[in-house]
Amino acid sequence: MSEVSLKPRRRNGSTNIVVYLVALVAVALTVGPVLYGALGGFRTNGQIAERPTALPDPWVVDNYAGVLSGAPFWTYALNSTVIAVITTVVTVVFGVMAAYPLARYRFRGREALFMVFVLGLLFPAAVAVIPLFILISRDLGLGNTWWGVALPQAAFSLPLTVVILRPFLMALPRELEEAALIDGASRIGLFWRIILPLSTPGLVTVAVLAFVTSWNAYILPLLLLQGEMRTLPLGVADFSTEHSADTAGVLAFTTIAMIPALVLFLALQRRIVSGLQGAVKG
Amino acid sequence: MSSEHMLGAVASGRPHRTTPPPSAPPRTTSPRSTPWRQRAEIAFFVTPALALMALFIAWPVLSAVRFSVYDWNGLGPLDDFVGFANYADVLKDDVFTDAVIHNLVIVVGSIIVQLPLGVALALLLNRRMAGQGLLRTLIFVPYVLAEVIAGVIWFQLLQPDYGLIDAIMGGIGLTPPDEGWLGTPEVTLWVVLAVLTWKYLGLAVLLFLAGLQSVPEELYEAAQLDGASWFQTQWRVSIPLLGPTIRTWCFLSMIGSIQCFDMIWVLTGGGPADATTTMATYLVDEGTNRHNYGIAGAASVVLFAIAFVMALAYQLVVLRRDTKEEA
Repeated sequence: MSEVSLKPRRRNGSTNIVVYLVALVAVALTVGPVLYGALGGFRTNGQIAERPTALPDPWVVDNYAGVLSGAPFWTYALNSTVIAVITTVVTVVFGVMAAYPLARYRFRGREALFMVFVLGLLFPAAVAVIPLFILISRDLGLGNTWWGVALPQAAFSLPLTVVILRPFLMALPRELEEAALIDGASRIGLFWRIILPLSTPGLVTVAVLAFVTSWNAYILPLLLLQGEMRTLPLGVADFSTEHSADTAGVLAFTTIAMIPALVLFLALQRRIVSGLQGAVKG
Repeated sequence: MSSEHMLGAVASGRPHRTTPPPSAPPRTTSPRSTPWRQRAEIAFFVTPALALMALFIAWPVLSAVRFSVYDWNGLGPLDDFVGFANYADVLKDDVFTDAVIHNLVIVVGSIIVQLPLGVALALLLNRRMAGQGLLRTLIFVPYVLAEVIAGVIWFQLLQPDYGLIDAIMGGIGLTPPDEGWLGTPEVTLWVVLAVLTWKYLGLAVLLFLAGLQSVPEELYEAAQLDGASWFQTQWRVSIPLLGPTIRTWCFLSMIGSIQCFDMIWVLTGGGPADATTTMATYLVDEGTNRHNYGIAGAASVVLFAIAFVMALAYQLVVLRRDTKEEA
């Protein structure tokens, strides 16, 4: 048994080489395809066809330059940004408003009201997508508009937002609130001046989640948006179908499209994870 | 789907793992506020969110149920009532019943593959080692990508002529399937499952790592004093304490798998020969491409019913343990 030899090393920081090896393989497998896409964008189609496994030789920037100088990319990026910003603002504002009384008021039916939000999590977007398409494009006349995609996306982000924010707001110290009430502040003033500033870390977590979710969304934009109004994921899928022969171009387009969400999420990863842990622990 | 996974992360943890925290008793409002005033305040805060959810979640879901009992192509009035005929059609359609099976394969396959891999990687990355933070971040990268974007990259990797996978296999003397990975009905579903594993393993690792943070350091010290090996410690201490996190993750994974759409739509469009159709791709195809809104509605209701029964059964059979343990 290898127990004996392992024992003294455990938790002393002197991790053995096998552990590093396994970790490296895991990372290579997860990041490899992404890296291959990014590198592929620096090759020509000829290079890719000839030697699929080789590094770029010579490095070509035409694909990336082509994507960045073309109008469609920036149109898609603008649409994605505007839709994600609207979704995020609506989700965070409505979400924290709803979470506030659920966390800090005492009233009959409070838990029942909270269950409504929890239940909202159980409805897969796929179930509602066809009627949603009809509702938005026909009844509301919002088909092919930013709002038409952002509002339903906000609706589907709200349950999670409330579920995350509620324990967060519950944990805020009660004394501040009491002091302010004694000083004659109104409930709404209290919410605005005390609760909101104190809950910023929680708001960042839910905001990033809502933003990235909207940025990455596919099914709803696919049904609702056409032509000039399409978002980046749709643009990537379209580009990939229309330029199926231009592998290097597709890889360049795809790589650029993934950068914003990656940067945002990785930059704020710690805050998101700690926000989620807080919520899971309750 | 990407978000729904994270969605549940917290959500599913909530109802069963935590009863309302006793430490934060609901506070009474200030003596001045009268009940009607308080009610008005609550309404003011809660109404926007509820209205949005009623309009864009509840109403469409109810509409799906309504459509499901009519024969409707989306034009004209909804007046051709057919009762349960659409349900009969959907359940008799081999494409749909196969889709249900594909969804179940994805549900079971995801758990069987990702659970051991995820736990092993989390335990590994939980050891103190140089570059730990970077490793954890990198493993999470696929999860952050849009499914569509991941799908397009994998579509290129899996191409028969110039794709990386075939090139690597050729390099080590293996022969890829004749019709390509995405063109051979017998293998394509497994390929999709592999790509989904790649995409979502990082989330499992992340959640398990978070779960491991709550294992008290004393337990490790005690195990060490008792002379337990690293493997014994993980097996006897870490993994059992990871139980609630694992059960929550399984729930999320199931819910995500049952709705699977984006990746499949981009990678295979449900093909070849419907070999990778899921319930979600089926209903979107019926609705948008064929304008069979009644059929799409019936498929939605079946999808929801399956998801709901699964969630309920899981809650009752598996997650109940957590509630009991903590009670």
